Amino acid sequence: MSAILPPSERLWWKQPIAGQEWAWIGIAFVWAMIMFVMMVYWHIYGKQNLSNEVYKTTTEMFTAKTEAFVKENTIRTETDQNIPVAKPNAKGEAFLLARLWSWYPILELEAGKTYKIHMSSVDYNHGFSLQPTNINIQVIPGYEHVVKMTPTKAGTYAIVCNEYCGIGHHSMLGRIYVK
Amino acid sequence: MATTYRTCPRTGLQFDLAADKLMRWNAVAGVLWLLVGGITALLVILTRWPAIKLLPADQFYLILTAHGIDMLILWIIFFEMAVLYFASSTLLRCRLATPALGWVQFWLMAVGGIMTNVAIFQGESSVMFTSYVPMQAAPHFYLGIILFAVGALIGCGVFFGTLVVAKREKTYVGSIPLVTFGALTAAIIAVFTIASGAAILIPTFLWSVGIIKEIDAQLYRMVWWGLGHSSQQINVAAHVSIWYLVAAVAFGAKPLSEKVSRFAFLLYILFLQLASAHHLLSDPGMSAEWKVLNTSYFMYFAVLASMIHGFTVPGAIEAAQRKKGFNNGLFEWLRKAPWGNPVFSGMFISLVGFGFIGGISGVVLGTEQINMLMHNTFYVPGHFHATVVVGTTLAFMAITFLLVPTLFKREMMFPKLCQIQPYLYGLSMIVLSLVMMGAGTLGVSRRHWDMAFSGAPFQYEWPGAAYLMMGLTGIFGVIAVVGGGLWIFLVVWSLLFGKKLDGGATSEKTVPIPDQSVAASASATGSEEHTSVPGTVVLAITLLVCFVLYYFVNWKYLSEVWGLS
Repeated sequence: MSAILPPSERLWWKQPIAGQEWAWIGIAFVWAMIMFVMMVYWHIYGKQNLSNEVYKTTTEMFTAKTEAFVKENTIRTETDQNIPVAKPNAKGEAFLLARLWSWYPILELEAGKTYKIHMSSVDYNHGFSLQPTNINIQVIPGYEHVVKMTPTKAGTYAIVCNEYCGIGHHSMLGRIYVK
Repeated sequence: MATTYRTCPRTGLQFDLAADKLMRWNAVAGVLWLLVGGITALLVILTRWPAIKLLPADQFYLILTAHGIDMLILWIIFFEMAVLYFASSTLLRCRLATPALGWVQFWLMAVGGIMTNVAIFQGESSVMFTSYVPMQAAPHFYLGIILFAVGALIGCGVFFGTLVVAKREKTYVGSIPLVTFGALTAAIIAVFTIASGAAILIPTFLWSVGIIKEIDAQLYRMVWWGLGHSSQQINVAAHVSIWYLVAAVAFGAKPLSEKVSRFAFLLYILFLQLASAHHLLSDPGMSAEWKVLNTSYFMYFAVLASMIHGFTVPGAIEAAQRKKGFNNGLFEWLRKAPWGNPVFSGMFISLVGFGFIGGISGVVLGTEQINMLMHNTFYVPGHFHATVVVGTTLAFMAITFLLVPTLFKREMMFPKLCQIQPYLYGLSMIVLSLVMMGAGTLGVSRRHWDMAFSGAPFQYEWPGAAYLMMGLTGIFGVIAVVGGGLWIFLVVWSLLFGKKLDGGATSEKTVPIPDQSVAASASATGSEEHTSVPGTVVLAITLLVCFVLYYFVNWKYLSEVWGLS
């Protein structure tokens, strides 16, 4: 029964399995089931699940929606590039647009409040990587992903792009303020 | 058709001369790509090491693209072709079906590999291994991969054909050996993988030359990962087969139970393909139900299979050692194992590293919600350097110490250096994986040229620990490159200048396997009763404890981030 020769016992499938092996298979099976149930459990009781709310979109459509949001909600501009800082209204709808190589606009949120953040890219794939809290979500052109987020702590957060998007990838840094 | 065999006087293995030559050419081509992959690895490492930051951004992304393609596809699949021919023709003592098609396989893969590399080094195809649309590479970037894949598909066909020939010509009695069964698993997964690759890369090629207008970015990701992740599952099946092979030749070890080991391979065939989902867990386009079902390989049945192999491989070794009389305590069988034999030490480091580091991190990373903590961070390459490098590459390196004398008929030179190599390479790669995962846990991005975000409108300062982890990545990365380079040096030097060994008599017929040979490895001896393997039980329980603790620690981390729904 060497592994490099045909099984010496022709009817190998009729050979009994030793107790230790059965025990390990049983333990591994139970662990597999626990891990499977854990994901379902978290969907019911956990507070960190990725939203399923997604719409097909286009570059023009998403740009127009974001511009409308920025126009309505800008409270100030920052840096010498005059990047708008938008504070979502009471309904908590916000837009975040990813493009080569910036996140647009800057958002100002309040801790403990829940926001519906619409994310999409207008060119390549981008990666929404919120630091230092470390939440990572893929942003794909053509798909408007509506993620509900509830900031827990006040502070200044960075949005790093962590999906390679060309030569300026490393300079694609966005910002979210939580008051 | 006239076929000639030679019998290796040292191992008793019989080589069909046509297969013999194909195996050598494929293995050598693999090693040459590993060399290119290793040079690019050094450049990647020296750029991501914050204190050095060697290359400018454009060259870094170019080199990183080449590193991914040359290592993950070219080195590994070339070597796997040699493994497939070995597991069919050599282990079944059978002539290779259609050696002419075998050469078509080799040349298609060679031309395809070179074409894609030309595209990359021309500088217009720095799109990473994954080449996500709508970022576009030059047409010959895609065409090269397509040619390479067609070649690999033909190689799988030659393998299947050889199994049929062996069956028809009755070169073996009963069922195929376990190692051949594992290679069959790899080949079946390869066919699925290549079909996925064709389904996405052919349209992408047509898009790059302007015939197709648009490819959906989400659809691309889903189908492409049917190629990208499944190809790594070919590796899993291949290197697990090599673990069994090494256990057989180094110890005369027999599987604890043919039924259990084969069933575990069957689980791979049934469920491993779902792994494409692992890369889409933080994507918008799939529902949570789809993600949960697929990322768990349909309720973790493929993970179950790996946990079974993780038990039965060391279990087989323990049983063989205990039968030889190493019966004291829990671990005498392991202490008295041939740690100075690089075939064994490489295989065992591969087994432990793959199980403890690669396996556990992979399952945690592939948990739907926990993925949001790690998606696209440096954790991801940390994980797969523990699976593909410590697991697959190290296993391939270990078996090569056996193949050089038996297949290439050369003695390995510098035996002391050969002894050190698996430790140097394997252990540094394990530490490298761990520190990469550490950096990823702190949020550091993969595929990112500058941790200081030069040119950005704002600043973000990574925690000091992240810089420490990246510095350690640099140090252990360089050590690992030295370990890999040492292997290439030892193999190439031995092939060129090693003492020529007797290739053995040639004959038109296979001859009976001599007793006491590697090929005979205890096929007739051994009793029916099962040997108890308490040491393996302890190792397995240790693995499980680490697994459970690390798994729930990550749920704890997750519960502390912003609320998401």
